[in-house]
Amino acid sequence: MSAPVKENPVNKYLRTERMPSIWCPGCGIGTTVNCFTRALDASGFDLDKVAIVSGIGCTGRVAGYLKLDSFHTTHGRAIPFATGLQLANPDLKVVVYSGDGDLTAIGGNHLVHAARRNADMLVVCVNNFTYGMTGGQVTPTTFRPAIASTTPYGAYEETFNLPRLADSCGAVYVARWTAYHVRQLAKSMGEALNKKGFRFIEIIAPCPTLYLRRNKLGDGLDEMKFYREKSVIKHGADTREVNLDFRQEITVGKFVDRERPTLEEAMEKQMTKTLGSKYVPYQSPGKKPAWS
Amino acid sequence: MSNANSTGVLSGNHYLDGDHACAEGAIAGGCRFAAGYPITPSTEVVERIASRFPLVGGRFQQFEDELGASIALLGGVWGGAKAMTVTSGPGFSLMMEHLGYAAITETPCVYIDVQRPGPSTGLPTAPAQGDMMQARFGSHGDFRVIALCPNSPQECFDLTFRAFNLAEEYRVPVLVMLDEVVGHMTEKVVIPTPDKLQVTPRRYTKKKPGEGFKLYEAPAGSLVPEMVKAGDGYRIHVTGLTHDERGYPAMNVPTQEKMQARLMDKLLNNVDQIVSWEEKNLAGAEVVVVSYGITSRVAEKAIQAARDQGVKVGSFRLITAWPFPEKQIKALAGKVKAFVVPELNLGQMALEVERVVGGKTKTVSVPHPGGTVHNPEVITKAILEAVR
Ligand SMILES: Cc1ncc(C[n+]2csc(CCOP(=O)(O)OP(=O)(O)O)c2C)c(N)n1
Ligand code: SF4
Ligand SMILES: [Mg+2]
Repeated sequence: MSAPVKENPVNKYLRTERMPSIWCPGCGIGTTVNCFTRALDASGFDLDKVAIVSGIGCTGRVAGYLKLDSFHTTHGRAIPFATGLQLANPDLKVVVYSGDGDLTAIGGNHLVHAARRNADMLVVCVNNFTYGMTGGQVTPTTFRPAIASTTPYGAYEETFNLPRLADSCGAVYVARWTAYHVRQLAKSMGEALNKKGFRFIEIIAPCPTLYLRRNKLGDGLDEMKFYREKSVIKHGADTREVNLDFRQEITVGKFVDRERPTLEEAMEKQMTKTLGSKYVPYQSPGKKPAWS
Repeated sequence: MSNANSTGVLSGNHYLDGDHACAEGAIAGGCRFAAGYPITPSTEVVERIASRFPLVGGRFQQFEDELGASIALLGGVWGGAKAMTVTSGPGFSLMMEHLGYAAITETPCVYIDVQRPGPSTGLPTAPAQGDMMQARFGSHGDFRVIALCPNSPQECFDLTFRAFNLAEEYRVPVLVMLDEVVGHMTEKVVIPTPDKLQVTPRRYTKKKPGEGFKLYEAPAGSLVPEMVKAGDGYRIHVTGLTHDERGYPAMNVPTQEKMQARLMDKLLNNVDQIVSWEEKNLAGAEVVVVSYGITSRVAEKAIQAARDQGVKVGSFRLITAWPFPEKQIKALAGKVKAFVVPELNLGQMALEVERVVGGKTKTVSVPHPGGTVHNPEVITKAILEAVR
């Protein structure tokens, strides 16, 4: 007698009718989504109140696969969309899930300002060191001298150290993991989900089809082995010291965890202070469903 | 329809500039979320919003740029608010991608553009009407918007108010296209009492989650789907990709055809309900001046001068530029000798008049590069020449 087929516990968080996904075999994005669903599962949140917003890219498709209120926006603009969504409906927990190019190149301005104003959202950045969706061009995180389709002779620009960027702009939670660290990543996502304010998690993930292949770095599995060998967990590390370099040590861990008033809290406080009883606070449409 | 929320309505007689009147029209129309980025000559709209919103239960956020502001309001709408953003020329250019995103996702929203001369930075503090074609065609691909052209602070109030109702009715981006003069001129504005202001509430589905609601399935007899908001349990997916009735991406030609057909038809089949214009002395007119915004007020003087010289001139003022009152202009086409179209650009709406008239009558463009308004004599001269 064959054992009953057990449904994958993450399936209830996915739009299974949309599977299989567009992601290539060995792509790291799916692994991160798996961790995210585990974090959701552990959170005990009312998932009706969790919204996910993505920009454009392979990672940008995450919104479309999660069975949450989900918004696949425009390239680079997930964060301002999320800011609007959250300010207009503060009963929502808003997660932005997108790629390194989307969040740090075209959307870089929004990233730094949302962190500065401590807009209430968790930003998950899947850093595969390339523009996957468009065929593997150079991004602000592509190491020298990696080959990308638009740096065929090797990349030559300085890269962003994303945890440092987020930290220095004021993010209240900053962590970095790789797609190999599934347990730690899921835990970190859970922790970040439970905080308020601007939270940023960078996930180093393989793009076997473009970045790895073009740089002759093997397949997704080889990359997982590389992450295992090269990663060093340093919780609380000074983000100035977590810079990455081509095929060098990868510092992972939770680097920042602090408290700061959110954009909404600061706004409310200032209005109350200045306007007193004349202040009419915003009524969240999230207090009751439209059909009630 | 329901009465406007009295908290927001500043009923009474006021002296307001057009920008401020827009802000009041928005508040009366139910807008409670706004995103902006300052740019002359539209800044006064967001300044008024920033000072008034905390008194009426609204939330305003200034963004780091127009790219952010122009999508933040759409987030606000899916969160359940009525929302808008405001800009001028250079900012309007940056907002184009999100006009398209609003159109394909059928997000009811309002964009205000206080026009100034371009291209590029142009003349920041001066009037123009050079964004009329951009409003219609500026975002890539085929899409439809509604664009309204106030010619006074009173109409800034009235039309911004109406813009919010139209946005809910048709789930399209509605543009309020001012020019710098209308934005900055101060005149009497009468704001009615809330019971005289009929607001179109968001048309939310009555289906509860799990009762088969589909995000982009229009109810029988309508082409406009019903709304939901995030957080209500529907687990919707909204995308700028070509999508099916569930809202899921479906990248194939039949889906694109079906989606685009409905997006076009929901406006095209309702043009008669949407278009508005103001006509004067059309009966027996030999020449009709087609104008809008501040130019319509300059044209009045020119029309009077021509009438004083015995020319039968009528006036057709566009209140909706888009959709264009095509049927009304067509009906005049065989009957009049010429349409004279003065505008603060080098001939934009004149192209539309010409297209609609289809060669039956001549169309005389009276262009102006912007920076100031026409000298009415130039328009009078064009009328006199057209009738010859
Ligand atoms: C305004 C705009 N510019 C460019 C593109 C093309 N484009 C689509 S995805 C993408 C890059 C995405 O890279 P990343 O965010 O790193 O995501 P990945 O695919 O690597 O997960 C680009 C440039 C676009 N869709 N929109
Ligand atoms: S191209 Fe790269 S990032 Fe995109 S799905 Fe394939 S492996 Fe993943
Ligand atoms: Mg990438």
